[in-house]
Amino acid sequence: MIIRKERVNDFLNGLRAGYRLYAPVQTQAGPVFAPVNGATGWSWPAGNTLKSAKEVFLPQTETLFTYRTSLDGVQVEEARVEGRVVLLGVRPCDARSLTMLDKVFAGEGVRDPYYTARRENTVVLGLACNEPCGTCFCTSLGGSPFGTAGCDLLWVDLGDRYLVRVLTDRGKALVEGRPEFAPAGDADLAAARELEEGALGRMGTVPVQGVKEKLDRLFADPLWDRVYEKCLGCGTCTYLCPTCHCFDLTDEVIDGLGVRLRTWDACMYPLFTLHASGHNPRPTQKERFRQRIMHKFKYFVDNFRETACVGCGRCIRYCPVNIDIRAVLAEISAG
Amino acid sequence: MGTTEKIREIAAGLLRDGKVDVVIGYGPGTLPLRSTPLFARTVEEAERLIWDATCGNNLAVYLPGRKDRVGIVVKGCDSRAVVQLIHENQIAREQVFVIGVPCAGIIDRRQVEAAVEREIRAAREEGAELVVEGDGWSRRFNREEVLYGACRTCRHNNPVLYDALAGEPLPPRDGGPTLVEIWEKKPAGERRDFILSEMARCIRCYACRNACPMCYCTECFVDSSTPRWLGRATDAGENLFFQIGRVLHLAGRCVACGACSRACPMDIKLGLLLGKMNKDVLELFGHEAGLNPEEPPALNAFRPDDPETFLLGK
Ligand code: SF4
Ligand code: SF4
Ligand code: SF4
Ligand code: SF4
Repeated sequence: MIIRKERVNDFLNGLRAGYRLYAPVQTQAGPVFAPVNGATGWSWPAGNTLKSAKEVFLPQTETLFTYRTSLDGVQVEEARVEGRVVLLGVRPCDARSLTMLDKVFAGEGVRDPYYTARRENTVVLGLACNEPCGTCFCTSLGGSPFGTAGCDLLWVDLGDRYLVRVLTDRGKALVEGRPEFAPAGDADLAAARELEEGALGRMGTVPVQGVKEKLDRLFADPLWDRVYEKCLGCGTCTYLCPTCHCFDLTDEVIDGLGVRLRTWDACMYPLFTLHASGHNPRPTQKERFRQRIMHKFKYFVDNFRETACVGCGRCIRYCPVNIDIRAVLAEISAG
Repeated sequence: MGTTEKIREIAAGLLRDGKVDVVIGYGPGTLPLRSTPLFARTVEEAERLIWDATCGNNLAVYLPGRKDRVGIVVKGCDSRAVVQLIHENQIAREQVFVIGVPCAGIIDRRQVEAAVEREIRAAREEGAELVVEGDGWSRRFNREEVLYGACRTCRHNNPVLYDALAGEPLPPRDGGPTLVEIWEKKPAGERRDFILSEMARCIRCYACRNACPMCYCTECFVDSSTPRWLGRATDAGENLFFQIGRVLHLAGRCVACGACSRACPMDIKLGLLLGKMNKDVLELFGHEAGLNPEEPPALNAFRPDDPETFLLGK
């Protein structure tokens, strides 16, 4: 289907009756997903958002339930995940990362009710990347700037109009019968194909073949002594990463009124693995850095047969000491 | 001889003569306008050291607790961190060989990125100009105009402590009003609103703390779980509490290098809080951290005429 740019506003206004809208909103530091009222106050960013789309499904701070303790016992009130959401302008790497988070939070066996409810309530409107950034390497990891994994709809910017690919029933329900859309013609499809080829032609390649097999036997390799050395052990790479999903659970209680919080946590922090005894199985930044690489490129593959990196480039862009995961991967595959 | 060559020569000599085990300097980054810390342990590795206006990281962050002998490349502000760390017994003077670099200012890449509004694919310095290039476009900046605010008013651009100097000392800048001086004149309400809106953006990644050479506590108060001083929720209140705690722990110790705000992925103006605190310490105690290897830090010294305006009832 096709929608002309001047009709997008009408389409979004029509959605507001049934959905809350989230879109990339510019902040001082860069765009992040936030609630919007229709077509104003936000724009599709040129590259990727600063924070990934994961925070819409796995917020950095989330109340799981509240409770009250008294002499009569404990009363628990569960937090509810409200309302249907349309998430606008998700890049294909971020959309694909959701399919990985699904394996952890909505897979066989474990179904996290909060995450699952948000996933079920949310329509992901993807936006193809006509101009991938220099730090993007999705194609090396099985993704594509025009990839559809995790998207309900994929929009392709054709200048004065968008080509809309309908990928799921949820996506179909959003656009079906809406007067703003018209059937796509051969010229539209050809224009999109040309843009896709152009985008693919711009992608760099990162050597990831064989990295998993290498990592299977590199746990005790001296390589880690080198690659971690400049790492500061902050949470920038993990917090901005769309696939990192580790969390902490804490209770905050004042005068018998308690809140159980789920908050992002990161393997890069010493506290992450500190035992109550005082022992820490990952005592230095070397073990923590190795864990981050191992989890993405080995353990996740062991568990789910997929690499937990979608090549979005955020960790490369924002690492305060310019640790470039592409260079680390190159070193591993050479090692 | 350029600064880069001079650094390489000094570093290679130190490593060749076995005077140090490692030289910590800067190497070429993988992105335009970025350099990266480089740990050189061989003469060959020393050949990869560089110096340019992107060498923003304060490498003194890698010093606390080291057991080896280390050569370190420092700018003016970084050298103050080395002095302060020696004062605080985090590294012994004999252990470090300080390679000082007179610094003409570091480029604020966010400012450049914001000005071009497109992806920068390459960048280089040409004399007093910075040239940035993207797909089919290029733009020139007066280098001076895209420096970090703190660099533009920096009074300590020459290292205060060094064993070898890579380059000629530069004239100190005349200062001019700092951002703090401009900012502290604003009405209290405006300052509060600004600080809270900055704090609301913070994701508590602690890059600021971890990039800071003076934040070396083995257990930061925010990581203490018994007792828990700080809630885990990321909201403006908790985030502000973290920063207030950090700033106060840095009273008389912050060397105004700006490493914290440069590291922050959310571009939070931490320099305002720290700058204000540094200004207070200077006005009250006449002390600037890390400037003088002979003079004890403000909080380590007691003078009978120290102002006590903070005591109740005074
Ligand atoms: S590891 Fe880095 S490049 Fe890969 S998905 Fe995470 S942030 Fe993106
Ligand atoms: S962002 Fe960089 S410095 Fe911070 S933990 Fe990640 S790799 Fe280390
Ligand atoms: S670096 Fe920035 S976002 Fe991270 S904790 Fe510090 S102020 Fe917050
Ligand atoms: S608080 Fe910031 S400016 Fe002060 S010494 Fe630490 S990193 Fe440098």
